[in-house]
Amino acid sequence: MTDTIVRDHPDNAADFVANDARAHWHDQSLWFVRSKRDKMAATLPEWEQLRQKASEIKLHTMSRLGDYLEEFERNAIKLGAKVYWARTPAEHNEIVLGIIQQHQAKKVVKSKSMLTEECHLNPYLERHGIAVTDTDLGEWIVQLRDEPPSHIVMPAIHIKKEEIGELFHEHLGTEKGATDPPYLVTAARKKLREQFLGADIGITGVNFAIAETGGFVVCTNEGNADLGVSLPKVHIACMGIEKLIPRLADLSIFLRLLGRSATGQPITTYSSHFHGPMAGGEMHIVLVDNGRSDILGSPEFRRSLNCIRCGACMNTCPVYRRSGGHSYQTTVPGPIGSILAPSRDAATYSTLPFACSLCGSCSDVCPVKIDLHTQLLTWRKEIAVRKLLPWTKRMGMALAGRVLGTPWLYRTAGWLGRKMLPILPRFLVYNGLNPWGKQRELPPMPRQSFRELYAKQRKRTLND
Amino acid sequence: MSSRDTILKSVRQHLPQSAPLPVLDGPWITYPDPVAQFCSVLEMIGGKAIRVPDVAAIDTELERLPVYTTANKTLSLIPGAGRSSLDLDAVPDPHELEDIDFALLPGEFAVAENAAIWVTDKTLKHRVVYFLCQHLALMVPVDQVLNNLAEAYQRIRFDRPGFGGFIAGPSKTADIEQSLVIGAHGPKSMTVFLVG
Repeated sequence: MTDTIVRDHPDNAADFVANDARAHWHDQSLWFVRSKRDKMAATLPEWEQLRQKASEIKLHTMSRLGDYLEEFERNAIKLGAKVYWARTPAEHNEIVLGIIQQHQAKKVVKSKSMLTEECHLNPYLERHGIAVTDTDLGEWIVQLRDEPPSHIVMPAIHIKKEEIGELFHEHLGTEKGATDPPYLVTAARKKLREQFLGADIGITGVNFAIAETGGFVVCTNEGNADLGVSLPKVHIACMGIEKLIPRLADLSIFLRLLGRSATGQPITTYSSHFHGPMAGGEMHIVLVDNGRSDILGSPEFRRSLNCIRCGACMNTCPVYRRSGGHSYQTTVPGPIGSILAPSRDAATYSTLPFACSLCGSCSDVCPVKIDLHTQLLTWRKEIAVRKLLPWTKRMGMALAGRVLGTPWLYRTAGWLGRKMLPILPRFLVYNGLNPWGKQRELPPMPRQSFRELYAKQRKRTLND
Repeated sequence: MSSRDTILKSVRQHLPQSAPLPVLDGPWITYPDPVAQFCSVLEMIGGKAIRVPDVAAIDTELERLPVYTTANKTLSLIPGAGRSSLDLDAVPDPHELEDIDFALLPGEFAVAENAAIWVTDKTLKHRVVYFLCQHLALMVPVDQVLNNLAEAYQRIRFDRPGFGGFIAGPSKTADIEQSLVIGAHGPKSMTVFLVG
């Protein structure tokens, strides 16, 4: 995967929408998933209650996270697992490489893990001579294309089947021009089953880690995580510290929400509970902070740690659907990503909280009730306070503040606008200084201001 | 200070105000006919349920399944049903199981709301069979069909190391343009025998 220079979201989005047909196709693909989610949520009368409980469980867990992390560690060790702690992606990658090298392993199969994406584990391992295969089909497709996932649940949602056909023709020798999904999946199945059988070590992410038992749950539809850690003897599980839940029974809330919210399925095909290594095997669990404990300290943003990575906020987001996951240039894109990324690096990701129409749809679908759109608005203020706004916006805001706070200036500006805008040549009104007018026409100017109308009306009433 | 201590210290410095752990009291959805609900959800997610009066009746149904009748290497852990062409306990390495065509295995209980079946490795030496076989069949007593996951978790315990998981339907993917394809890496079909 090549490192890309971070560009502003509006520039990336402009590139994406330049291909109108493709942007619409992308939009509709995601809306289809969102609709499936609605249908599935509607089958449970207790849906809102489940969301409420999920949110409360997460908030409680955060309020005692230190204790739960230690409880999880204690119980996991009792079950025979080894537990590691990493403050940074670099530490995480070193730990994983260390385990791999200890076994003199060369081939690793990995199931989908946004944490390892966040840590850029693949390029790190490859630099050290380890062959890593991403085994989720979507993630494997983007790996073959040497690009990052564009969605956390559907990594290849931005790619057309013609392009996948071409890619498989090149890498797997499938027939040229083949685009039939079952045909392509069968080819991938054959190749990836070889990888599972030939792997020395399996790496997975973690959906939920259970403090009271010391075990964890991994959810997939393909069964790739299970194949990856039931053939090789060594299982490495990588997780962020926010994945903790207190009780085994809490899964009865989260597993009912996750699949329905993510893809509109009643549950993922495989919800595997791993407790300790398999007979004669090893289990290694890496707990990663990477800024999460700092977010915990922020009253405005700590609820973003509730996230169970279902992707529902992306599927519903009018900006995500029309700008594509890559436009965010973060591991987690969409509304939740636009909160998490500036928490780590506000200067680099300062445009993300503005990639939002504040419609609030993300907050409505979030299964753990994160107040996403409120946090995005709060981030906008924070970015202004930290003076990270571009000069056009800063100047514009300063000017607007001055005009709106000075009655005579406001009156004059209004008068000028009403009189001048209709007669000004078009290029003076619609230019780079007026981004609002890029795809829209300004409304016709009224002949009178509200103030004038009001004064006239009042005079008439007094005269009566 | 070790990374462990640094992280725990940072977490404890930043802890929010304490919030109560909620009671998981419901009420949660129940169905007038959980078995019918289970069967219809299973069909929706690409599986197939077959109701049989007793274990002995499973063989008759198996003979009607082309994926069973054409299978070379088969495994059954249900006494009195199906045939086994290998002794799983005598297989030292799970890699030798790559060519299992059909496996008939016990499930502990089933869940009506999502057609998931709870399986473990308590009686299965190599858990990979659940995921590696080409076609999977599970057997569940009909009185072990629960309404919802809340009921399911009252039955699940992890007192010792082991594997347990829900399996709901055959392996699938929609990673190519959202087209659902059954048989991603794991079993290409899932049949559930509800006995009783």
